[in-house]
Amino acid sequence: MTLLSTRGLSKSFDGLQAVTDVSFEVAKGDIHALIGPNGAGKTTLVGMICGRVAPSAGQVIFDGQDITDLPAHRRIMLGMAYTFQITSIFRGLDVAENVALAARRRHPAPRVAEAVAKALRQVGLAPYSDETAGNLSYGHQRLLEIAMGLVQQPRLLILDEPTQGLSEGEIAGFKTLVRDLKSETTLLLIEHNMSVVMETADRVSVLNAGAILAEGTPAEIRANAAVQAAYLGTSDA
Amino acid sequence: MSASRVLVLHLGLLAGLFALQFVLPAYHHGNLARIMVLAAYAVGYNILFGYTGLLSLGHALFFAAGMYGMALMIQHGGASPAPALLAGVLAGAVVSGLLALLALRTTGVAFMIVTLMFAQAGYLTILYFAEWTRGDEGFVIQQAQRVLWGIDLSQPTARYFAAWALFSLVFLISLWLVRRPFGRTLIAIRENEERVRMLGYDTFAHKLGAMVISGTISAGAGAAYGLLFGYAGASFASVQYSIFPLLWVLLGGAGTVLGPFVGTLFMFYLIDLSSGITSAYMLIAGVVLVLLTLFAPQGLVGELRKRIFRGLP
Repeated sequence: MTLLSTRGLSKSFDGLQAVTDVSFEVAKGDIHALIGPNGAGKTTLVGMICGRVAPSAGQVIFDGQDITDLPAHRRIMLGMAYTFQITSIFRGLDVAENVALAARRRHPAPRVAEAVAKALRQVGLAPYSDETAGNLSYGHQRLLEIAMGLVQQPRLLILDEPTQGLSEGEIAGFKTLVRDLKSETTLLLIEHNMSVVMETADRVSVLNAGAILAEGTPAEIRANAAVQAAYLGTSDA
Repeated sequence: MSASRVLVLHLGLLAGLFALQFVLPAYHHGNLARIMVLAAYAVGYNILFGYTGLLSLGHALFFAAGMYGMALMIQHGGASPAPALLAGVLAGAVVSGLLALLALRTTGVAFMIVTLMFAQAGYLTILYFAEWTRGDEGFVIQQAQRVLWGIDLSQPTARYFAAWALFSLVFLISLWLVRRPFGRTLIAIRENEERVRMLGYDTFAHKLGAMVISGTISAGAGAAYGLLFGYAGASFASVQYSIFPLLWVLLGGAGTVLGPFVGTLFMFYLIDLSSGITSAYMLIAGVVLVLLTLFAPQGLVGELRKRIFRGLP
């Protein structure tokens, strides 16, 4: 069953065509990876899905409802959660309050503390809950972002390059976390790290120069000649 | 800092201020009444600036809306003080709501300029309708018109108590608000508005709410100031009165509940004491302010929070 789909989604910035006529679907319960070289339009595409960027043309349909004209905060309330590519946390507030801000929109007041503790345990940040968020290491800040997404119990969790800047050990932990999440939510994963994509994703969409180049299982994508030429062959990944 | 210690500290200030009226000499007694009303204004300003992170340069508009909303009701409407005060507070709520709808379409420097311009327009409006407002000269509210529920507010003791009651009310509202989910969301907006939006919050509605609460409290202070000190004049709508609360809050500690009072008290006595030493008192005041911004950039209470009372609201 389809949870999210886009129809003919396009975006141009002052004549620069960033995303052209993208139609793709994310099935409920899948881990769906969106890959593509730098500048392929991944973040713009996801920005249109979650409402940060207004599309020039096309539609976004979430759970059967056309949400193209909804402001971002309304889309979040429908059950989307978004974590930023560039770490975007409340640096001056403590870790628990960061997650609590995310939790309060979803949980009744008496259950917020419990939900926060659970999300922090899931990502392994429970020992740091009283720490000021800005004092966390970079890797832990990325995990905090993910906890802020998780605590909302989203139906669709959008992770924008979650492993960027993480160490090998942290990436291994992230893969385990993502596989655990599969039972709870649908994931749309924008990712540069090929090992993460190949080992976790159910389906992969490849974006190149603003358009969908290929779509399939990780194995199919790996074998696709066009993808190899456009992306894997020229990338350092 | 635990919730109970926070409460003890804040209620302690109110209890101390209440007790002071019995021991202070007349001069300082009068000063403190004035400071408490002005500090109430600063508390209102702090909601928007300190907690929500929106720097307004037009709060004199709200202060004056309260003052004139009250004073014109008494002077021309023949109202008694209670409904007049209410009219002042309502005027502030309406004016801040309307200005918020316009100004919140902008952010940063543009927000400062838009609020400044509307406040100037308000100031000029008061001058333009001089027939009613008496313009720059202003008008005195007679002693007989300042009797609230049988209490003569021109008497020092009654005036002190009224100022204390007003300050206590807005101080406790501020303490309550910033610990509620709504207030915590405002703090989060100050820290990172885009992130708050992407957590599903309507940040515009939150900022609108903050500005109306801030403007309404400021108007309440303006209305009380006019009533307690018996005068309404256009100078209270001038840009100077928009800058004052910014200074008080910065000095005392933006985004702290205690900061507005501490800053107002400090600034008042800084000018009072230095003007006793030299006619160039603004020079002394200026040097002290520069030193404070150098060595206590988060304000007096802000520094305390950083060094001693971590977790102070």
